[in-house]
Amino acid sequence: MTRRGWVVLAAALLAYPWAVAGSDGAAFLQDMGALVLLAAIGASAWNILGGYAGQISVGHAMFFGAGAYVPLLVYQHWQAPPLLGVPLGVAASLGIALIVGHPTFRLAGHYFSMATIAVAELVRIMVGNWDFLGAAIGLQGPATGRGWYDLTFRSAVPYYYIFLAVLALLLAVTAQMQRSRLGYYLHAIGAGERAARSLGVPVRRYKLYALLLSAGFTSLAGSLYALKTGFVDPDSGLGILVSVQMIITAALGGAGTLLGPLLGAAILVPLQTATNTWFGGGGSGLTYVIYGGVIVLIARFEPGGLLELWHRRAAARLARRGRVRHAA
Amino acid sequence: MILLQVIVDGLLLGAVYALFSSGLTLIWGMMNFINFAHGEFVMLGMYVALLAVTWIGGGPVVFGLAAALGLFLLGVVIYFALIRAVMRGPMLAQILSTFGLALLLRYAAFWVFSPNFVTLPRSVLSGTLRLDGILLSVPRLAAGLAAAALTLGMHLLLTRTALGSRLLAVAEDRDAATLMGIRPDRMQAFAWGLAAASAGIAGALMAISFPFSPAVGETFALTAFVVVTLGGFGSVPGAMLAGLLVGLIQGLSAYWLGPVYKDVVVYGLFVALLWLRPQGLLGAA
Repeated sequence: MTRRGWVVLAAALLAYPWAVAGSDGAAFLQDMGALVLLAAIGASAWNILGGYAGQISVGHAMFFGAGAYVPLLVYQHWQAPPLLGVPLGVAASLGIALIVGHPTFRLAGHYFSMATIAVAELVRIMVGNWDFLGAAIGLQGPATGRGWYDLTFRSAVPYYYIFLAVLALLLAVTAQMQRSRLGYYLHAIGAGERAARSLGVPVRRYKLYALLLSAGFTSLAGSLYALKTGFVDPDSGLGILVSVQMIITAALGGAGTLLGPLLGAAILVPLQTATNTWFGGGGSGLTYVIYGGVIVLIARFEPGGLLELWHRRAAARLARRGRVRHAA
Repeated sequence: MILLQVIVDGLLLGAVYALFSSGLTLIWGMMNFINFAHGEFVMLGMYVALLAVTWIGGGPVVFGLAAALGLFLLGVVIYFALIRAVMRGPMLAQILSTFGLALLLRYAAFWVFSPNFVTLPRSVLSGTLRLDGILLSVPRLAAGLAAAALTLGMHLLLTRTALGSRLLAVAEDRDAATLMGIRPDRMQAFAWGLAAASAGIAGALMAISFPFSPAVGETFALTAFVVVTLGGFGSVPGAMLAGLLVGLIQGLSAYWLGPVYKDVVVYGLFVALLWLRPQGLLGAA
């Protein structure tokens, strides 16, 4: 993307809450904007491991869950500000990533996906039966803030800007990564593990780096979710659909691209909100029918995601224009 | 005596696990492809059985065949519409395709059948046998024995018939099989049909004795992964043995630790196994 493109995108994202403030459904639209950014953070975090390194984890809910649970846990048991739990949640996620990464990275392709599902389900069932972690009922945050440090806002706008800041940080880290040794190595691993190893890439070590980076930011996404909603239970924090949401968001926009996850989130979140509004409570089922359909269609026709489609069409247009000029 | 009861029940359920897992392992063995929607095939088998009982009536043979036929067709259609194209694509597309399919089928079933648990009418097959102090529920006994027979049948089909040889030839070397006049596309479509049908019958067999809802597929998919990993990818006899073992472990851990932990123990075992012996119990090192 050009420098001007970046400026336009940044300005649009910064201005969004103001731009919709005058409309009828201002609060609704601002809330949706915050949810789009949150989904983009989760998907971009997954993208580091799943998109760039090509390791399709279906267990990222465990990092999201750790990030969501720990802040509410420190509040529920010790009345500490949930904010204090955010770095603890990241630390817990990195710990889980270290433990889980070792055995699962010996597995490639489908095996890795299966193993990550199993571990995440294991965690979900255990948390659901652990009273200290709220068992099946879950945990709650402060209902009304005791001060700014509890980060409970009535409006979605402060959350929007917090999420935007985290997303900007994550995208900056990812962009930096793309240009660094880590990025090239991950790309090589994603293209073919055996080939990468034969070229001297320390595959296991770099996959672990990608997992740690990915897990840390996924944990942040979970924390932000918990801070905003003030509530988490095993299904909303650790359910398999949490992982699925990250994957489909990244894959729709373009897995392994910098802005694909944001594009995917900008399409899927409004779609989900729309189906929920139109079809009421029963709509949640329909949402996942649509999700499933979208995933199948991407896999079948456009595995590179919408960004690749866009690039291909742009290239074709350019080529056509070139031919015309040549003829003239 | 209770322990014996637990063991027998576990083995009978394990035989059904072996049946649907043998379908998953067949696909894996032929195409290095894990079908994440396999559990949903089992779930659909249950609902096809329910529809067959309500519309056609008749006994387990009727709805078992209906489930097998319905799922066979679904498997073939899915192969031609989706899998054939995705197989040539990147890994992400392969995993996403059946994952999306699982979501689609699960929530479409929510939509059509409602998320509530349902059961087949009791009149289909019921009763208990008393044998040396253990109570054998007739539906479970019938399901376990039928599943064991069908898994054995699948093994014989693969190893003793010309059709099975053609299937295995495609699994062994697609290009060489083509040179021998075998059409790999047809064989792979047949394998998908067979795998889905095995899941469908297994679902129908379980539907007799267990209540079910559209959400049950996820657990069955994970169970099948465990069985296939334990038995060694691609091995039907391995799946048979591992299915019985998983049923037994589930039964015993539910008995000793409580019903909640039966899946925890099995998934934990799965992770440990992937760590220590990714080639499976019967697989070569």
